[in-house]
Amino acid sequence: MSVAYPAVFAALLFSVGVYGVLARRNAILVLMSAELMLNAVNINLVAFDMWLRDVLHGGQVLALFTIVIAAAEIGLGLAIVLLLFRDRGNIDVDRQDVLRESDLEAR
Amino acid sequence: MTAAEIVFTALGVVALGAGVCTVTTKQLVHAALWLVVSFGAVAGMYLVLTAEFVAWVQVLIYVGAIVVLLLFGIMLTRAPVGPSEGLNSRNRFAALLVAGSTAVVLVTLLWRGFRDARIELEPGGGSGDALGAAIFRQWVLPFEVLSVLLLAALVGAIVLSKSRADRGSRTPKEG
Repeated sequence: MSVAYPAVFAALLFSVGVYGVLARRNAILVLMSAELMLNAVNINLVAFDMWLRDVLHGGQVLALFTIVIAAAEIGLGLAIVLLLFRDRGNIDVDRQDVLRESDLEAR
Repeated sequence: MTAAEIVFTALGVVALGAGVCTVTTKQLVHAALWLVVSFGAVAGMYLVLTAEFVAWVQVLIYVGAIVVLLLFGIMLTRAPVGPSEGLNSRNRFAALLVAGSTAVVLVTLLWRGFRDARIELEPGGGSGDALGAAIFRQWVLPFEVLSVLLLAALVGAIVLSKSRADRGSRTPKEG
């Protein structure tokens, strides 16, 4: 199999993720698009590991580490999104334009 | 085209199509379900590349855990079940431009660079046996550091999601 196949598909999937991160307003959809980008990188890691016949299996091990880091990232990201929702009542990334807490006196 | 390339192309088209549906659909829950299709197709691509252990980890963690977490997030932010307006921001065309130019540059570069390189697919290189030996011999220190990172992320998520009223009070009654 030519190396170009996984490389090209990974690049296209990455571009789809880039579009999602830039075009979506809902914070959860932005997180989903970030996951698409991480997946594209993983395809590259595995394909190049197979191409180079790495004795240490560095590419595949790094892909596994990326999956773990993605799980940690989505856990923390969703905690932040839920905190944002509780504090402001919406999770549109376009509308988060103040840095202070929104309703200090109410609490 | 060899058989592996045909299967890989089919899986890649499925993954790409589901990815495009994820970033364009108007229903939040459908986006999460299209994400399942995309992740499943990517797991199939790993299988074609003979990385079977990574493929099953992909199915377990991405399809099993991360999508469930995302669905919980959708549920807890009280998203409407039907189609909802305003999921896309106003700068869609700029985003399309950036994504399209990224795709053109990367595909041109990778196609010109790796057109002639060939992967010899042999089973065994991605088995749990080989990867387990690699992780617990050569990569054991990064593996342990990663477990500390997971613990830190878990504690951070708990701290973030505690409500503000009971932050600072440590009586057993209030938890």
